[in-house]
Amino acid sequence: MSATTPLVEVEAIARRYTMKKGVFGAPIEVRAVDGVSFSIRRGETLGIVGESGSGKSTTGRMVLGLEMPDAGTVRFDGAAIPPIGGAEWRRQRARMQMIFQDPLAALDRRLPIAAQVREPLDIHLIGNEAEREARVVELLRDVGLSADHGRRYPHELSGGQRQRAVLARALATRPDFLVCDEPVSALDVSIQAQVVNQLIDIQAALGLAMLFISHDLRVVRQVSRRVGVMYLGRIVEEGDADDLFATPVHPYTRALVSAAPHPGRKPTERIVLTGDPPNPADRPSGCAFHPRCAFAVARCRVESPVLADLGAGRQVACHLASPAGAGGVPTGPKLPALEVA
Amino acid sequence: MTLVAIEGLTVDFDGVRVLHGIDLHVGKGEAVGLVGESGSGKSVTWLAALGLLPGKARVGGRVKLEGADILGAPDQTLDRIRGGRIAMIFQDPASALNPVLTIRRQIGESLALHRGLSGAAIKAEARRLLDLVGIPDAERRLSAYPHEFSGGQNQRIMIAMALAGNPDLLVADEPTTALDATIQAQILDLIRDIRRETGMALVLISHDLGVVAQTCDRVCVMYAGRIVEEAPAAVLFDDPAHPYASGLIGALPAIEGPRQRLSAIAGTVPDPRALPPGCSFGPRCLHATGACTQAPPALTTFGDGRRMACVLAKYRLEPTAIARELVDA
Repeated sequence: MSATTPLVEVEAIARRYTMKKGVFGAPIEVRAVDGVSFSIRRGETLGIVGESGSGKSTTGRMVLGLEMPDAGTVRFDGAAIPPIGGAEWRRQRARMQMIFQDPLAALDRRLPIAAQVREPLDIHLIGNEAEREARVVELLRDVGLSADHGRRYPHELSGGQRQRAVLARALATRPDFLVCDEPVSALDVSIQAQVVNQLIDIQAALGLAMLFISHDLRVVRQVSRRVGVMYLGRIVEEGDADDLFATPVHPYTRALVSAAPHPGRKPTERIVLTGDPPNPADRPSGCAFHPRCAFAVARCRVESPVLADLGAGRQVACHLASPAGAGGVPTGPKLPALEVA
Repeated sequence: MTLVAIEGLTVDFDGVRVLHGIDLHVGKGEAVGLVGESGSGKSVTWLAALGLLPGKARVGGRVKLEGADILGAPDQTLDRIRGGRIAMIFQDPASALNPVLTIRRQIGESLALHRGLSGAAIKAEARRLLDLVGIPDAERRLSAYPHEFSGGQNQRIMIAMALAGNPDLLVADEPTTALDATIQAQILDLIRDIRRETGMALVLISHDLGVVAQTCDRVCVMYAGRIVEEAPAAVLFDDPAHPYASGLIGALPAIEGPRQRLSAIAGTVPDPRALPPGCSFGPRCLHATGACTQAPPALTTFGDGRRMACVLAKYRLEPTAIARELVDA
């Protein structure tokens, strides 16, 4: 398999849930994820940002095959994800791993750390007894934990150490692909930096493909090469991480970037969105963002924009965005008053 | 003009000291930020000051509200101060609101207690407050329950309740941590607008340096139950002096410019039951020397009003100190 073929190919996946309003209410269809496509190459990190309810975690679960999409396909290393529970599915599980937000919930409180890091090796029958012992020590060392940490129980470790233990366990089977869902959100800033550095180092050393899901723009930019921004189950903008945050095009991305508080930057340039985050059970017509968008025109209320390639490696789903000129960057809608200045 | 002065505030839980003498002043109409990681004592400081800690906590020191000591004051006095002079809002609005009472009952309770309103006056004032915090259709929404509002709206309602007593000071403990980024921006703007209108002072407790930077005039950085640095917000974030403060700011990924490796602070926050000797930050500090293990450095005030607790403080904030010492030697 050549290096240029994506390891993970996701095409138009969708996930719907039905929800009842009240005991006797009619069932309502909730589209948690609504036609998301992307691909990740070996050694590449795709970041997904979005607010709560944007469908980023559901996307991660579908990519891993923990949940089956209602529509669309997920292909891993050129083949479709086998049906859940089969022998083939189990084999594939060893090649894709995940890390979640709360390490304490992901670890078994009654087992020492080393035993938990070893478990995937036992399950997938990797190596003999001595090799497994050695591998556990090596894994703990790779994530910056000592053999002594391995003998402790989860409650005896700090939050950052627990998340490293989870990372060590995820790496035990030498996976090709890692999904990280808000891996550092529960950690304090100084510890967050330790874990972020570790993830970047390990990803580079092992050539992992990674899907990094977070609501924190700064962390996503630090870790990812490309970033997709999700809003109400769809990717509204995707592009190179540095470019996307430097020159966001979609009005939602622009609001999100400007809302990220940053020491040393004055809040004068901030775009504050009106309205609440949308409810997936009550999706607005047309472009889902139009009720909160300062630029919305009549077309936005009726026609849903598709994710279009605007050049310079940027894809945007907005009726009002313009493609990149020669050597330039794509631009988003402008307010007439702003153009005068 | 000082509104609240906290002097030498200490808190012990089961014989373990978690707050080691906090000195902090909040002026009238001023916005002060308290930043620090979990367990640094930023919330405990204000819970202790307002007498909100459980009975097993032993609180020492003095807390003065316009000169009058309120620490250990009788409940009757505190009941008038809490909500009336100093209001507090917390991280999770959904758990701070009563799920089985309408919004009008909950805001009305404050209005009756602190403003002595009743009947139609309560309803009119509650509606005005909901309008003020930007809840659309306030008239009708007054009879709604907390679950009928979104997280951001519930925090707006908490702010409306806090404003009901016309407080001189709002203590906001991680008010936007549970909210999405775009909603966080809305709430911070709302607090700023209300302060501009009412001249209310603000204490913003947050782990998020960015939130504090853009909301506060003055910032205190806390570590392991002590204030380690205090400076005007703009100065602190451009030029942090304490190694911990500069470590915290360096650990924050940038959102623009070239990507650099994060300068993580090694190690973890010490357990309050087993603090290292001397400076609590010593074992994690890149600049630590033998002097750091002798005694905890005192919070010293320097020329421009900055305060810092570090043995290196004088070299850092008074560059002439090194030259003077060399001359003396």
